[in-house]
Amino acid sequence: MSAFQKKLACVLLALAVLAPLGIYLPAKFNAGDAWGEWSAKKIGEMLGFVPAGLAKGEGVWKAPVPDYSLGGEDDTPARQALWYIASALIGAALCAGVFYGVSRLLAGKKR
Amino acid sequence: MHIPDGYLSPQTYLPLFVAFAGFMAAALRKVKEGLQAKNVPYLGMAAAFCFLIQMFNIPIPGGTTGHAVGAAIIALILGPWTAVAAVSVALIIQAFVFGDGGITAIGANCFNMAVVMPFTAAWIFALVKGRAPGPRRISLAAFLSGYLGLTAAALAAAVEFGIQPLIASEGGRPLYAPYGLEIAIPAMVGEHLVIFSIVEGVLTMLVLRYFLKNDPGAVYALYEEGR
Repeated sequence: MSAFQKKLACVLLALAVLAPLGIYLPAKFNAGDAWGEWSAKKIGEMLGFVPAGLAKGEGVWKAPVPDYSLGGEDDTPARQALWYIASALIGAALCAGVFYGVSRLLAGKKR
Repeated sequence: MHIPDGYLSPQTYLPLFVAFAGFMAAALRKVKEGLQAKNVPYLGMAAAFCFLIQMFNIPIPGGTTGHAVGAAIIALILGPWTAVAAVSVALIIQAFVFGDGGITAIGANCFNMAVVMPFTAAWIFALVKGRAPGPRRISLAAFLSGYLGLTAAALAAAVEFGIQPLIASEGGRPLYAPYGLEIAIPAMVGEHLVIFSIVEGVLTMLVLRYFLKNDPGAVYALYEEGR
């Protein structure tokens, strides 16, 4: 890696550490869910009923780290922030690792 | 903009899977053709950057949240085809590991954020930049590529949400996403036009300027013609 690339890697690391801003600010400003990403329960409150297909959707996949945390919704803000940083590091490492692996595979086929 | 499971009917998500698979196969072929040893670290970092920047949820006070995607700047630096692959990797990991975006909606989400967005961004940049551009023109082109790139992705998602009540209802009740085009498009496109796409535009401009200062030879959108 060049010196500039190493610097960029440090910037990415800094982003991971700062990531909890992405849950702190929405909570502070009472911002609610992203449009179209409501839970089936929330949709039920909004409409008075839960669309049948939508109700089934929630159980399709059990993510190992749901919503970037293993702490659950009642977790303290500090623990939520730590889970979020851990998720950022794990996710970024997985992304870089997978794409690096794919590039190596493609490079191998090229020769 | 990560459509969850249950929001799209199979009539919607299956064709989008097929479309996305076609683009992804072409993207991997292009990445292979253009692969250079000195750029390999950038590929991994692009996917990681895309993942990280999406964790920064931006609030609309009392309303909703959204975030930048990073697909526009990746398209400008590494080219739109590489961006297709990098952004898809991030979105697929978000869905499987973190439950952000549905598994059934991977095709739709990748189509919106990893296909529509980088190609719109690259096209807008080339259009606004013109020939022999100065630094201000390049900054403007970069801002607009991020601004309109993310907005185009939001529009695509809004159309996918909005057609659900039309194509999948039973006894007058929607089976999947409940709001029609007349609600989904103003909500999704509006919130992006006034906040989230501006963030994407500024991010695209700042990162591009940073690259032009430090490693200008790596910027695909400005040097592709000369290769």
